[in-house]
Amino acid sequence: MLNYAVRRILGAIPTLFIIITLTFFLIRLAPGGPFDQEQTLPPEIEANLKAAYHLDKPMLVQYGYYLSNLARGDFGPSFKFKDFTVTQLIWQGFPVSMRLGLTAMLVALFVGIPLGSYAALRQNSRVDYSVMTVAMVGVAIPNFVVAPLLSLIFGIYLGWLPVAGWNDGALSHLILPVTALSLPYIAYIARLTRGSMIEVLGTNYVRTARAKGLPERTVITRHAFKAALLPVVSFLGPATARIISGSLVIEQIFGLPGIGRYFVQGALNRDYTLVMGVVIFYATLIILFNLVVDLVYAWLDPRVQYE
Amino acid sequence: MLATGQQDKLASLADQLGTEGRSLWQDARRRLFRNRAALASMIILGIITLLAIVGPFFSPHPYDEIYWDRMTIGPEIANSHWFGTDSVGRDLFVRTMYGARVSLMVAFLATGVSLIIGVTYGAAAGYFGGRLDGLMMRFVDIMYSMPFMFFVIILMVIFGRNIFLIFLALGAVEWLTMARIVRGQTLNVKNKEFIEAAVASGVSTWGVISRHIIPNVLGPVIVYLTLTIPQVILIESFLSFLGLGVQEPLTSWGVLISDGAKEMETAPWMLILPAFFLAATLFCFNFIGDGLRDALDPKDR
Repeated sequence: MLNYAVRRILGAIPTLFIIITLTFFLIRLAPGGPFDQEQTLPPEIEANLKAAYHLDKPMLVQYGYYLSNLARGDFGPSFKFKDFTVTQLIWQGFPVSMRLGLTAMLVALFVGIPLGSYAALRQNSRVDYSVMTVAMVGVAIPNFVVAPLLSLIFGIYLGWLPVAGWNDGALSHLILPVTALSLPYIAYIARLTRGSMIEVLGTNYVRTARAKGLPERTVITRHAFKAALLPVVSFLGPATARIISGSLVIEQIFGLPGIGRYFVQGALNRDYTLVMGVVIFYATLIILFNLVVDLVYAWLDPRVQYE
Repeated sequence: MLATGQQDKLASLADQLGTEGRSLWQDARRRLFRNRAALASMIILGIITLLAIVGPFFSPHPYDEIYWDRMTIGPEIANSHWFGTDSVGRDLFVRTMYGARVSLMVAFLATGVSLIIGVTYGAAAGYFGGRLDGLMMRFVDIMYSMPFMFFVIILMVIFGRNIFLIFLALGAVEWLTMARIVRGQTLNVKNKEFIEAAVASGVSTWGVISRHIIPNVLGPVIVYLTLTIPQVILIESFLSFLGLGVQEPLTSWGVLISDGAKEMETAPWMLILPAFFLAATLFCFNFIGDGLRDALDPKDR
């Protein structure tokens, strides 16, 4: 397993390299530059600024500079947020984004899996239909619609929870954003779990377990549950990526100081280094998380071999 | 191998048997129309599309006219502002319908782009196989590791919010799953016994591809297609919500919802009405996708 993990991590290096190269040249294709402002700068100052950031050099030379800095773990200075390095900005925003995303993911798992299993065990009952209808609503209604509605109801009409702000991640400030972010995933995970649970309950080994005379509870928890979780586990990879992008909107709506805000600002202001830094950081995170998901999958499903 | 004369005899014999063969597609259509949720969704979607096309002609208001004396008024019949007006005094009904046009157009075109790229790419990889296949799929894996939404945002910045380039940008990132599905299906079908049987009984290569491979690949493609459309609508609205999508005075559901969210305390209809149309459309596509999946799945008859 260690062997496999090491090989996967080594295999991720060319992937990351291609992502870095692609982003580097793509963002520089965008019209305009990082120092375009309402008032045009005097040419000498602009030239000096560009020289200071090596932006006057040919593209390939800039690329070389960037790669050599990156190899030393340096994402470079931000163009837009003066006096900050990209690393500083990422470490400022990431704890907020991570706390939001991780909580939402856990909530989605701990609500979605039981809901889906429950619906599967009572297939075609009224409970099943209502859970699945609600899940359909959750899948179909985007979180940028749910989020303002939630803050309208709980923040403004009822006044129970704060409408916006972070307040160092206080629980009351977390509830609405986490709910809005996790709802589609609760719904999706519930649907996945229900489908696979129904399938697993029809398999021969579950019938065998029942035929042995095991109580239904044991059949489900010891035999069916693990296999039914497989599709959910493989969904976790893409789900992380989606939660990361979903939090872009949630952070905007609730005014949270996460990475998403910096990224949108950075892209709009042609803050090359900031955009690159965020993309590379998240790409690494997604690759690592996918590795973890694959390892967990192999642990759950003995048929999967490490190749 | 049968002689030509024998083949003809066999064919005429098959005709005489008199059992009316039902093709996979006829079968699927019947099954789809029997699914009430899918049927209702198709009707609702038809109505929304029709409204988007002809709706604005019934309203006396153009989509970008500003009525300075009627800002932020609720739905009313008097001035035929059926959905009210927005915060700068533009008629919300007409704007919602224009938003529908943009959202649906973006969705169909982007999905079309992703279909063309995905099917070509996936079929090529699956058909040629070997090292080329490995290389092509490796590229897809790499694209999967891209933080996708960030990539779209970068593309939006590059294309400067040109609406037609939004289609291309979205299609350009949505084809990955399609390519994987088509490749997998092609690989799967290529080595099946019924293909071997078809080849052995003298069906031409083109016949094998058009009669046996394509119909078997098409099912999952169509299902995924109906699930891609709502995804694209969602992404477009998402980008417009962040202020990166279509630009004023043109509008889309995402823009309207974003504006509505800002005014939701004073003018909840500005949020609720466009959100309702967006949600209904997404709903319908999801139901149709589910229905199609059931209808086209030969295992579950």
